Amino acid sequence: MSATLFLVQILNGLQLGVLLFLIAAGLTLVFGVMDFINLAHGVQYMLGAYLAVAFYGLVGNFFVALVLALAAALLFGLLLEFLVFRHLYDRDHLDQVIATFGIILFLNHAVRVVWGAAPLTLPVPEFFTGTVVLMSGLLYPVWRLVIIASGLAIAGGLYALVTYTRIGMLVRAGATNAPMVSALGVNIERLFMIVFGFGTMLAGFAGIMIAPIISVEPGMGDNILILAFVVIVIGGIGSIRGAFVAALLIGLVDTLGRSFSVDILRLMMGPSPARMAGPAIASMLIYVLMAVVLYVRPAGLFPARGS
Amino acid sequence: MPEPLLHLDGLRKNFGSLAVTDNVTLDVMPGEMHAIIGPNGAGKTTLINQISGLIPPDEGRIVFAGHDVTALPPEARALRGLSRSFQITSILPGFAVLENVALAVQARTGSSLKFFGRAADESALNAPALAALEQTGIADRAHVRAGELSHGEKRALELAIALAMKPTLLLLDEPMAGIGREETERQVDLLLRLKGQLTMVLVEHDMAAVFALADRISVLIRGRLLMTGTPAAVRADPQVVTAYLGEQLE
Amino acid sequence: MSDAALAAKNATRPLRPTRDVVLPALIFAIFALLPVIAALAGKQYLLDVGARMMVFAVAAVALDLLVGYAGLISFGHAAFIGLGAYAVGILSAHGIGEGLIALPVAVAVSMLFAFLTGIVCLRTRGAYFIMITLAFGQMVYFIATSLAPYGGDNGLTIAARNTIAGWPLIKSDRAFYYFTLLCLLATYLFCRALVGSRFGRVLRGAKENATRMATIGFSVRRFQLVAYVIAGGLGGFAGFLLANLTEFVAPAYMSWQQSGELIVMVILGGVGTLDGALLGSAAYLLAEEWLSGITENWKVIFGPILVLVVLFARGGLIGLGSWLWRRLPHA
Repeated sequence: MSATLFLVQILNGLQLGVLLFLIAAGLTLVFGVMDFINLAHGVQYMLGAYLAVAFYGLVGNFFVALVLALAAALLFGLLLEFLVFRHLYDRDHLDQVIATFGIILFLNHAVRVVWGAAPLTLPVPEFFTGTVVLMSGLLYPVWRLVIIASGLAIAGGLYALVTYTRIGMLVRAGATNAPMVSALGVNIERLFMIVFGFGTMLAGFAGIMIAPIISVEPGMGDNILILAFVVIVIGGIGSIRGAFVAALLIGLVDTLGRSFSVDILRLMMGPSPARMAGPAIASMLIYVLMAVVLYVRPAGLFPARGS
Repeated sequence: MPEPLLHLDGLRKNFGSLAVTDNVTLDVMPGEMHAIIGPNGAGKTTLINQISGLIPPDEGRIVFAGHDVTALPPEARALRGLSRSFQITSILPGFAVLENVALAVQARTGSSLKFFGRAADESALNAPALAALEQTGIADRAHVRAGELSHGEKRALELAIALAMKPTLLLLDEPMAGIGREETERQVDLLLRLKGQLTMVLVEHDMAAVFALADRISVLIRGRLLMTGTPAAVRADPQVVTAYLGEQLE
Repeated sequence: MSDAALAAKNATRPLRPTRDVVLPALIFAIFALLPVIAALAGKQYLLDVGARMMVFAVAAVALDLLVGYAGLISFGHAAFIGLGAYAVGILSAHGIGEGLIALPVAVAVSMLFAFLTGIVCLRTRGAYFIMITLAFGQMVYFIATSLAPYGGDNGLTIAARNTIAGWPLIKSDRAFYYFTLLCLLATYLFCRALVGSRFGRVLRGAKENATRMATIGFSVRRFQLVAYVIAGGLGGFAGFLLANLTEFVAPAYMSWQQSGELIVMVILGGVGTLDGALLGSAAYLLAEEWLSGITENWKVIFGPILVLVVLFARGGLIGLGSWLWRRLPHA
């Protein structure tokens, strides 16, 4: 285990964290403001990736494809909101879970029908290919740095938006007490639509950005959705700040855990049992973390709703 | 001097920067009917919620029957003999009226970790439940779905549930809220009959009922206890009159 | 005591013979006759489909207990099935093929997991609970995929079905089918009793108004934990049956998609009825059999159907049945 490897994995952890934040931010806002559990949020992420691949095939330029894919993802999200989600805001969580589960089934397989089951790829945009030397002996892919940078920039922008603008104040108020905001005369439906649209775009953006470095395939949103749930549960539902802290925490813990679990265990037991137990324990880490946080703070680290 | 059944010691509760309960020290003597009055927003329901255990105080102690119950959850206090009715009716609308009350009996009658046997058929639970319903005058509605009762009948059910627990201290949070003249008189009659059998804390806005029932009255204004005294003393106190009663009594 | 009061005292909740007894009796009768029908029609695979339905019905009935009666929406129920199945699989891999050992182990492991995770999950409410059960289920799934000596991602084949007291009593498909039927019947009757018992009444009351129940004197969380552990144990029981049915265990048994499908079965049949869980699992697996024969991507059709059911047919099949029944001209 070298220092360089450690630093690389920290960067990888940051990258995962940033990705998780982009997905979790929309999820936590929608949940906080509209009390709506959206299991289908993960397919927004998947759709972003697929649309990026599709548009890239048409225009040949990543950034044009990005803009088009973002627009298409937003449109699609709003369509879903209009057709299905809008009717679920008043329903109980069980109904929301089942309905959005149905949408996941539909979209995961619809994507298979349209694009086939084989994984697709997207090339990294020319300007950002290759690696860069961060320190002596430490090379890191440029695109991953771009992801980290853009994620942090968006996080900063989102925080400024939510804290300093009027619409941000409405969102924070809505996350704390939605019926009150509505009673105060705010057009709550329009607020919902804006929140939802934003969340959709963030998830889509995450999918577009990740597409060049992973394989785009049906169901790719499912596992990351559950991680996003862990993020917002730990961070506190309705809280952007919580989502940010928790996302980075989980990104780091998961990545470092998976990379070094075997090595750490080897310090305590023989190499063979370490190799067996390592991966198992690594996969458990973030859930144990979640359990510990929730045991101490059942409402998460930074709950939006007061005690 | 007999020990107070309920002793509140320096209770404080803040919501943000607002002191909803501000250093309240209060004694409720066994067997008395102790009313708590105050204008809207005085913090009466918050005080009741702290006594029954639904809200933890920020500071202070709650001593019930000689035991410090401040840290105990509501169910533990209920089993020690503290029962309450809610201002906004809190019943089980999907259950029959009888079952609503039978559950209150079940909580203090043997173990509920029984997985077999139809609970709804247990006469050991149904008989006391029916008795409580008779006390509050709605025994004839025993098998109606609780959600279908009229507002006044629901309030009566609320009281029946509280009584079925055979409490030593009964907290009544605005039992007359939203019910008509006739129903109010019936409730007052019932509470008069219960006086002496158990200790009661009554939060109410209906001044006629309060003065008919109360042995002592505590006045709460903006979270602070202004005074505690007999109805005559409270009526005459100039501070109370200006702060509160002036609006109520014509 | 007045006449009205006396009458009230003697009366009990009216039974609905049609719904309460006839429907489940009918369902079990059909299950009992299925092997006969399969033999007559020459379609032996029906036996396998039927057994699968019953195995998942065991899990679905347990889940309905949680979702429909306790109001606890557990999105990690498949974890218990998986744990039970892997108990059978791992024991078998080490040469222990005795059902009288495997079954208690399967149930005990599931109950332990339910207890440990339940303590954490039940500290939260509402949507947090859903997400946390989902997360814990995922945790078990990933642990299973990382168990290389037991097949990892690919799963593990089991040498043979469990013996009962040393005898290969459930080796034949027919024998296993009837064994599973008995297990489902026992599970169903147990849950029925539970729901009407003192314990069940506390759960149901807590679902409607937890604050009220607390102020009456019930420690709601404790009761919910017991319910969660019972449901977990029954899930493990289903896992034991599943492993024996397929003679194979895989992490897919505890995927979150499987958990979702279990909830779908409960909703499809009619949540909070127990009979609904029986109907729902049968209907879902039948649909899967039939539709997947038509197209590989049958979920493209099924997904929207689910959404429509949620939006317009909340009572599921049972609700639909009641609605139709009310419209029939009665004597």
